[in-house]
Amino acid sequence: MAIRSFFLFILFFSSSLSPVFSLYEDQVGLMDWHQQYIGKVKQAVFSSQRAGRKRVVVSTEENVIASLDLRHGEIFWRHLLGADDVIDGIDIGLGKYVITLSSGGSILRSWNLPDGQMVWESSLQGPKHSKSFLLVPTNLKFDKDNVLVVFSNGRLHAISCIDGEVLWKKDFEAESFEVQQVIQPPGSDLIYVVGFAASYQFEMYQINAKNGELLKHESASFSSGFSGEVSLVSTETVVALDSTGSILLTISFQDGKISSQQTPISNLVEESLGPAVIIPSSVSGIFAIKTDAVTVFIRVIGEGKLEVVEKTTHEIAVSDALSISEDQEAFALIQHASSEIHLTVKLAHDWDGNLLKESVKMDRQRGLVHKVFINNYIRTDRSYGFRVLIVMEDHSLLLLQQGEIVWSREDGLASIIDVTTSELPVERNGVSVAKVEHNLFEWLKGHMLKLKGTLMLASPEDMAAIQSMRLKSSEKSKMTRDHNGFRKLLIVLTRAGKLFALHTGDGRIVWSHLLRSLHKSEACQSPIGLNLYQWQVPHHHAMDENPSVLVVSRCGPSSDAPGVLSFVDTYTGKELSSLSLDHAVVQVIPLPYTDSTEQRLHLLINADKHAHLYPKTSEALSIFKREFLNIYWYSVEDQNGIIKGHALKCKCTGEVADEFCFDTRDLWSVVFPSESEKIVATVTRKLNEVVHTQAKVVADQDVMYKYISRNLLFVATVAPKGSGEIGSVTPEESWLVAYLIDTVTGRILHRVTHHGLQGPVHAVFSENWVVYHYFNLRAHRYEMSVIEIYDQSRADNKDVWKLVLGKHNLTSPISLFSRPEVITKSQSYFFTHSLKAIAVTSTAKGITSKQLLLGTIGDQVLALDKRFLDPRRTVNPTQAEKEEGIIPLTDSLPIIPQSYVTHALRVEGLRGIITVPAKLESTTLVFAHGVDLFFTQLAPSRTYDSLTEDFSYALLLITIVALVAAIFVTWRLSERKELQEKWSFYSAFASQSTFSSLFLCDN
Amino acid sequence: MEKGKGVLGAGRRWAVDFSDNSTAPSSRDIPDPPGFTRASVDQDDSAVSRQKKDAEANWKAQKAWEVAQAPFKNLLMMGFMMWMAGSTVHLFSIVFEPYKDNKVELLGPKLLFIALNLGGLALGVWKLNTLGLLPTHASDWVSSLSPAQEVEYSGGGIPL
Repeated sequence: MAIRSFFLFILFFSSSLSPVFSLYEDQVGLMDWHQQYIGKVKQAVFSSQRAGRKRVVVSTEENVIASLDLRHGEIFWRHLLGADDVIDGIDIGLGKYVITLSSGGSILRSWNLPDGQMVWESSLQGPKHSKSFLLVPTNLKFDKDNVLVVFSNGRLHAISCIDGEVLWKKDFEAESFEVQQVIQPPGSDLIYVVGFAASYQFEMYQINAKNGELLKHESASFSSGFSGEVSLVSTETVVALDSTGSILLTISFQDGKISSQQTPISNLVEESLGPAVIIPSSVSGIFAIKTDAVTVFIRVIGEGKLEVVEKTTHEIAVSDALSISEDQEAFALIQHASSEIHLTVKLAHDWDGNLLKESVKMDRQRGLVHKVFINNYIRTDRSYGFRVLIVMEDHSLLLLQQGEIVWSREDGLASIIDVTTSELPVERNGVSVAKVEHNLFEWLKGHMLKLKGTLMLASPEDMAAIQSMRLKSSEKSKMTRDHNGFRKLLIVLTRAGKLFALHTGDGRIVWSHLLRSLHKSEACQSPIGLNLYQWQVPHHHAMDENPSVLVVSRCGPSSDAPGVLSFVDTYTGKELSSLSLDHAVVQVIPLPYTDSTEQRLHLLINADKHAHLYPKTSEALSIFKREFLNIYWYSVEDQNGIIKGHALKCKCTGEVADEFCFDTRDLWSVVFPSESEKIVATVTRKLNEVVHTQAKVVADQDVMYKYISRNLLFVATVAPKGSGEIGSVTPEESWLVAYLIDTVTGRILHRVTHHGLQGPVHAVFSENWVVYHYFNLRAHRYEMSVIEIYDQSRADNKDVWKLVLGKHNLTSPISLFSRPEVITKSQSYFFTHSLKAIAVTSTAKGITSKQLLLGTIGDQVLALDKRFLDPRRTVNPTQAEKEEGIIPLTDSLPIIPQSYVTHALRVEGLRGIITVPAKLESTTLVFAHGVDLFFTQLAPSRTYDSLTEDFSYALLLITIVALVAAIFVTWRLSERKELQEKWSFYSAFASQSTFSSLFLCDN
Repeated sequence: MEKGKGVLGAGRRWAVDFSDNSTAPSSRDIPDPPGFTRASVDQDDSAVSRQKKDAEANWKAQKAWEVAQAPFKNLLMMGFMMWMAGSTVHLFSIVFEPYKDNKVELLGPKLLFIALNLGGLALGVWKLNTLGLLPTHASDWVSSLSPAQEVEYSGGGIPL
């Protein structure tokens, strides 16, 4: 009986611990969140459909075409084109097809407007590369078929709107001809193609739109040449600037005759402005030129006469023209005032009169208005109303209507450059940000519902209410630290130079800050954000000091442009300070030392290989000097195929004495032969990774010592021929070489050549192993390899007594200059998917087993147990090996559908996966970003250190009550039995003695 | 206990004497109930009581040996169970009640009991060892050995 109940007990526990990789349907959204974005809008076209929901179709810099709801800004449908399929133009044809031109004008596609299904696709080839234009003339008909006019790759195409067939084409093969505009005057059957030839000749081609026949070709030469773009001021007049940028050329080609007029800008504007550029606009009769300080609007009045209508020093944005009636065109103009923007809508021919003038309060953190798109609607009183869609400097998209922001989208989050995390404030008395339950009634109601759910009495509506309660639990979105460390702030830097803090609980934006240092300024023309680093993480003073991050950026794209540092408080989003450096930043090395305020020491390497220490305090300097001889750095010159190691030498020998600047000297270099090897991937261990133990216990109680070093670099090189696309080389001419290099001494610890392989190589390094993914040309499949590296010199530490008493030197500090004796174990496995990103889970203490997170080509994240990538897998593992958890060898890695971390969702345009340990050892936080964002919690070995959410407390309670009852019952029973036993014992004894006494009495 | 027997003073209607007078000869006029024994009372009845005592001592010694030998059965049982159970962990319970008397020699049973229990313990340890539950290997002591610190530090990578 006891044995049976014991087994039942075991069975109960083992069933509750059985593998639960996947989620239940009602667990979706409990711990994960998913956000969809589109990126910075390049072009927007409003659907003119009268019926149905109002929508706007946009193309973005992330190569997304999307249809948005005009009322709420939600995405109806969205398509992400490939990274090299850049969208050149979009338009709406026949009111129901979205036409897109992409890939430098070589692919034309048509999508169904309501649902986003692709209708047709045609490939357009041409003789040479050129600008591309997409025109959708409304009244150019061809056998009841609307015609699209596309100029791309030096060829003009007329394409049927219904099936994408090319109706006719005309080549412009003249060597030096550069197309500037393609014009289709409404109401005519003509197409004008205008452009420059040899940079001083203006060319005009008049083409019959019906058949592509060349009607006229005129040219005129201008000795002063041209610069920049041309602006179309009417269907037969363009304005251009000469090569000096100081004379305006008004060129008209009416009736095929070219006539021109030159107007120096100084005639129009008194003060000298310096070189100007034309801001292209499609508003007829008006164009704008812009210099560094001023924007000037100029009107063309007949016969090439020009007149300045407005001059402004404010930042200004102009929309394209919107035709509102037969002969009237309106356009929108947005000007910045301090904390507001002024929106004016004007008619093209009447500059002074305003159709609309509104002021809208605008968050300064959104920066300047970059683009304006205007749309009109008819009000109930039959007058025209206007709404505008604006794209801001931080890439956000807003809809303005009637002086208000109707909706806004934070599309800057579609282009994340770097991510780091920050803890939340510690909960203090009275400072708790969380809301308490509204009142007792609500609280009771909630618990009643939960009880009903537990007792399976809940109706479908109740279930829905319970589910929404679970999802909206205020617990997970509190603004304070939690016991398990699930609540954190994700600090993300976007391409627009804006810093966002996202709450891990629900993904909401806690604060956002457009960095001042990343703002265009006199000193810094085109600042680019580079990376984020954790600058200060207070542990000792967590109550009264806020953590901060370091944002490293650079003025301009070249690597020797001066750097800019900014320090941002992660609780408030305030920029604490910013530093404009007088040197470039080529590398940032966070050092493993912190000063007394827990600021991390950072070493910034400039283009001349000088090392600069930050923070510039004497305390940091003294800490640094102490460790001076132990700090090294290495540089990977992937273009030249050289890896160099450097050591710090002495103070800079520059003209200005700077005690925080150090010279460096070269220590070692690894030169890869350029004719046979090209560096394609380098990867190191994550700086903050925690490793629990250096020993690995293998079958039969044997111990292997892992070779764990922070200074190991994995380098993968491929044959230069094989660095192109997959399949471009034969297996014989392609190979992949993997290296493990010690970055302090430059020692190559391991080198392995794989023949017949090709990149791209994705690799991840953790503890003592590295996993890399590549393509096998012989097998025509993707493969993943693992290399594990073990320290052989420690292998003879097997004396139990020494280990028991701690008389060993396994944990004493070691120098990398002592010669290591390593052995490696490796194995390769086939894998079905190609990858976009690869990462590994990380936990607080490093005890939990690891999972690889693979960003698949389908934009999903797949979790794969590291056990599958064990080099010690064999076909028939022994009993001991099986007990150790070694899986029998198979040639390919399994893809278990339940182990998709992103379950049914997709992270469109997946670029990176970041894992952050939670405080709870079993759990790791995963953040995947691309155009979309996705966040979830993972427990690679399941939550062995906490009860899962679906743990049945009712069952536990019932069990306890039953046990207590059983104890009482058995106690009573045993008492009774004991009493009976006593009675029988004594009666037996008594009867025996009475017998003997009777016997004696008889005697 | 005998109730309502000794009525004392005249002033009182009734009283209960809780002092046990059962040993007093005066109470022998009432027969004992069946099953009740007055063994300790009859100490001075020399022959009868000696014989009785001998019987009791014998009986006690016999019982003590029985109890001492009980683990032997347990041992066999345990061995069998171990053999049956394979590699799962069991709990063994041993009950021993000392039968103490200055006339009974308990050293022998005690020693046997201890020896047998030690045997059982040895068997248990041996079993634990075969199960691999004893920390006798190096691997049992290094599993939480933190990695060695490195003196040097190096950082860098591909230029930003």
